[in-house]
Amino acid sequence: MRLQYPPNVRIIEVPCTGKVDINHLLMAFEVGADGVIVVGCLEGDCHYMAGNLHAKKRVSRVKGILDRVGLGGERVGMYNLSSGMGGRFAEIVREMTEKIMELGPSPIRKATGTALKAAGEVAA
Amino acid sequence: MSKEKEKAAQDQSRKGGNGKGAAAPVGAVMVVGGGVAGIQASLDLANSGFYVHLVEAKPAIGGVMAQLDKTFPTNDCSMCILSPKLVECGRHLNIEILAPAEVQSISGEPGNFKVQVAQPARYIDLEKCIGCGLCAEKCPQKVPDEFNQGLAMRKSAYVLYPQAVPQKYAIEKETCIYFRKGGKCKACEKFCPADAVDFEQKDQVRELEVGAVIMTPGFQTFDPAKYSSYHYAQFPNVVTSLEFERILSASGPFAGHLVRPSKDRKEPKKIAWLQCVGSRDVKTHSYCSAVCCMYAIKEAVIAKEHAPYDLDVAIFFMDMRTFGKDFEQYYNRAKDEQGVRFIRSRIHTIDAAPNDDLLITYLDESGEKKSEIFDMVVMSVGMEVSRKAKQLAQTLGVDINQHDFVNTTPFAPVDASKPGIYACGAMQGPKDIPESVMQASAAAGAVSATLGEVRWTKTKVRETPPQKDIRPEDQPRIGVFVCNCGINIGGIVDVPGLRDYAASLPNVVYTTDNLFTCSQDTQGQITKIIEEENLNRVVVAACTPITHEALFRETMIDAGLNKYLFEMANIRNQDSWVHMKEPEKATEKAKDLLRMAVARASLLKPLVEKPLTINQRALVIGGGVAGMNAALNLGDQGFETIILEKEDQLGGNARRVHHTIEGQEVQGYLEDLIEKVGNHPKLQILTGALVVGFSGYKGNFTTEVLVGPAMYERKIDHGVTVVATGGREYRPREFSYGEHPRIMTQLELGDFLHEHPEEAAKWQRVTFIQCVGSRNKENPNCSRICCQGAVKYALQLKGLNPEMDVMTLYRDMRTYGFLEDYYRESREKGVLFSRYKLEDPPQVEVDGDQLSVTFVDHVLERPIKMPVDAVILSAAALPNDTEELASLVKIPRNAAGFFIEAHAKLRPVDFASEGIFLCGMAHSPKLISESIAQSMAAASRAGAFLADTTQTISGVTAYVSPERCAACLVCVRSCPYHVPQITGDNVSEINPALCQGCGTCASECPAEVIQVSHFEDDQIAAKIKTLY
Repeated sequence: MRLQYPPNVRIIEVPCTGKVDINHLLMAFEVGADGVIVVGCLEGDCHYMAGNLHAKKRVSRVKGILDRVGLGGERVGMYNLSSGMGGRFAEIVREMTEKIMELGPSPIRKATGTALKAAGEVAA
Repeated sequence: MSKEKEKAAQDQSRKGGNGKGAAAPVGAVMVVGGGVAGIQASLDLANSGFYVHLVEAKPAIGGVMAQLDKTFPTNDCSMCILSPKLVECGRHLNIEILAPAEVQSISGEPGNFKVQVAQPARYIDLEKCIGCGLCAEKCPQKVPDEFNQGLAMRKSAYVLYPQAVPQKYAIEKETCIYFRKGGKCKACEKFCPADAVDFEQKDQVRELEVGAVIMTPGFQTFDPAKYSSYHYAQFPNVVTSLEFERILSASGPFAGHLVRPSKDRKEPKKIAWLQCVGSRDVKTHSYCSAVCCMYAIKEAVIAKEHAPYDLDVAIFFMDMRTFGKDFEQYYNRAKDEQGVRFIRSRIHTIDAAPNDDLLITYLDESGEKKSEIFDMVVMSVGMEVSRKAKQLAQTLGVDINQHDFVNTTPFAPVDASKPGIYACGAMQGPKDIPESVMQASAAAGAVSATLGEVRWTKTKVRETPPQKDIRPEDQPRIGVFVCNCGINIGGIVDVPGLRDYAASLPNVVYTTDNLFTCSQDTQGQITKIIEEENLNRVVVAACTPITHEALFRETMIDAGLNKYLFEMANIRNQDSWVHMKEPEKATEKAKDLLRMAVARASLLKPLVEKPLTINQRALVIGGGVAGMNAALNLGDQGFETIILEKEDQLGGNARRVHHTIEGQEVQGYLEDLIEKVGNHPKLQILTGALVVGFSGYKGNFTTEVLVGPAMYERKIDHGVTVVATGGREYRPREFSYGEHPRIMTQLELGDFLHEHPEEAAKWQRVTFIQCVGSRNKENPNCSRICCQGAVKYALQLKGLNPEMDVMTLYRDMRTYGFLEDYYRESREKGVLFSRYKLEDPPQVEVDGDQLSVTFVDHVLERPIKMPVDAVILSAAALPNDTEELASLVKIPRNAAGFFIEAHAKLRPVDFASEGIFLCGMAHSPKLISESIAQSMAAASRAGAFLADTTQTISGVTAYVSPERCAACLVCVRSCPYHVPQITGDNVSEINPALCQGCGTCASECPAEVIQVSHFEDDQIAAKIKTLY
């Protein structure tokens, strides 16, 4: 499809979103990500049955943590896509980029960085 | 190969060698033709225990697919998806490629053929040639390059194309100066660093013993010079579609830069495609070539993508035949979103216009003469059988049809007329890549069903070098290979810059870049470099691991490295392709991705793969024609197979089809098939069976079924699953369906004609309405089979009463391939065809017992109302309701409810989940013959999976560090497969044979004592930490 999307996303492959730790998500912010998206299978269609539901809970916990520490929970999001939904993926990256542009750089690296950054985690 | 396999081979040869009765069949097969079909058939056979001699007329395999730029409907790069298969074929221990070579004669009988194969001298020693290309560089003789359709020059010493397999040069005797000038020149010999040139080489004839022959020599494109009014031979900017593929190709004559061939080499601003050149024309070929509509749309769309300006593209056509799976949406996108102009017309002439431009004169749909000037015109040339392919059929002694294609029958679609000889691909009839691949697997399945008992008797055993002992404490020595992927990556990302950047990364001791890192010669180089540089980790920055990781891991094994010490950075699909307009940012991103990959690679550990036990039983879900054929083939291969049918009898939709368009009786065939299935010692049938549970993994599935009226529960353990859940006819909500007994669907008409032919013979006027419930907003798909259905029934009605007025109201007649002959026959017999538009459909009125149809005549452009005796609605073919099954088995479906195969082009019967296969109408609408071919293909793939008992389970599994485990049960509760168990020592234990490697337990474990190998926390963290 080769749909164009903003080049500020870096994808980290995991076997299943069930493998995405809270630690991993927080670590991404720690090193300077302005936003993180977790992309898993459609709900009910998890290749490993229910990993994406576990991930959903963890993402929502991370949202709470980000709110409490002042980064803002909207910087992290969980999305569910099938392999046939490349178009939606490009759209999500665009949406997240726009949202981050509005929010501005993450407070963690406001002092140092200038460029806009985002990380993504995708189930293989 | 394992010891088991060797033992099986020994057992088999003992069986074969007892000298009693007829000679045992030979466990080797000859595949004639090295295009994608021949490659697929060879791989399927070799992977399921047969030795394959792959005979190709050209010096390398790959066929026409290797010449294509992109493939429809996914727009995948043709070479990118073919290359892994080429390489797998080239390096397969049990495939011998004979190229160039030709079959000279055949003798013997099925199971024991002797085939004489002529191998002309190549004048290059294959053993010595290193594929460096110095011979071609120094060769002074330039000749037209046939791979580039004569649009470029090559040398007399040449390799067919850059990624050719085998990656060996050849000297063309006919043009070589040494041979023409009596011993002068020898430049190649002088410069060859490997001493591989051998002018003394002689032509050879080899006799090979094989149990069966698969012929798939492919097609050639029609020569449009035969149409004098198109001036193809005279005007440089009139090109064929295959020439246009080469023009678009990055490795083509203009390096992928879209220019026209005339001397001005101008970037064309307007390009026209002319459909049906050498197709649907009784003066040349009366059949439809089945692929040209789709490839023309593809070429038009890709050309627009290539042009950095607003390119105007127009397709001149008669009927738009986008009948395959997801093709109609592709057409709609091209028309509605991508600005391709579609002009329904008949071409009159192509004349010269000033500046090498071209004037197309055509008649539009209303018959008005119009003309338009274009910079370039592409002839959508059809497929035909070459003289050599025809000769091959003669040599092998098989019948050909009136169009010179191999004769097969609808119920045995890959059987040639001579037993033991099978046909597949374009030589069996015009077809696209997925259908060729499907048929190739079907042919391999037909062979496996007859030669199953001599599996592993002729195969060789791979000697893998001993694995080097890489310890975690060893300093990582990483080699980085950056791929240009032609211009796919190199055209956007600064590849040399990236290569140099890689050298600055920690632990990287070697870097290089390649034109195609996946080519076979590069694999050899990587192996050599691993040895020379003493590498213990490899990183490839290229495309996606989904398609290429397996290939590079094989290379690791060949170099003595554990395959898990490999990492890919996806700088194509996730970078150069999706950031085409921002090359600098794409290069920045590529550096980040590569740095992340190197960081992870440093921490990778070697992993051990344990053997996979495979339950040798197959389960087929669905007892229609597809399911039964799949089961029968598996049974014949020797595998116990269970068929589940939800109804109380077998047969499915075929029960309501009485004959095929070719005139074959379906019910007789069906009875015969049901009997064969019922009496087969290896088959078991469960009717009234409902799947209620599905668990397990490849080789070890368990399906829970409720059977019969009593709904008793059964648990079936099986190693493979074939999904053949079939389809159904749409129940129309339009055209007053249900309000009058003679408003019928095609299936209803079929039953009526079968039961009351005398009633139907009294009808004076009948109207068919096409695309009922297809190609509209609710269901954008074309149902593929209804056009031929309408023609079939129209002919049957005309047969009952030649005076009957039969009118077909259609949108595009899609009688692809040889079906076109029946469409023409129906017109000759007086069946009328009138086109309607989606926005202006015909009206059906019921007035008491009277029926009438009103439609707009496309020539008169005014509505015509006529009374009719019957209205036949060509209702859509829809999939059966499989929502629940899909969710139980976890297999994906598209918006229409058809299952989605692993790859639309090259894995048409596999699901992405291993061990599960797909066939029949559950995949997409298809004819009985096509369902049979696909079911044999699915059985072939499933059988190959069962036959390969040397498979191993992934090393990617979870493990517990017991010393800190508190036995809190979180892992036990969170594992979706119920694998972790608390041992007597009060710690959690995870059985790697059952673990699926999802990592849920590892992420849930509160004590963080579970790790998933290959995705360990530090390996993921390394990527995150080096993000910025």
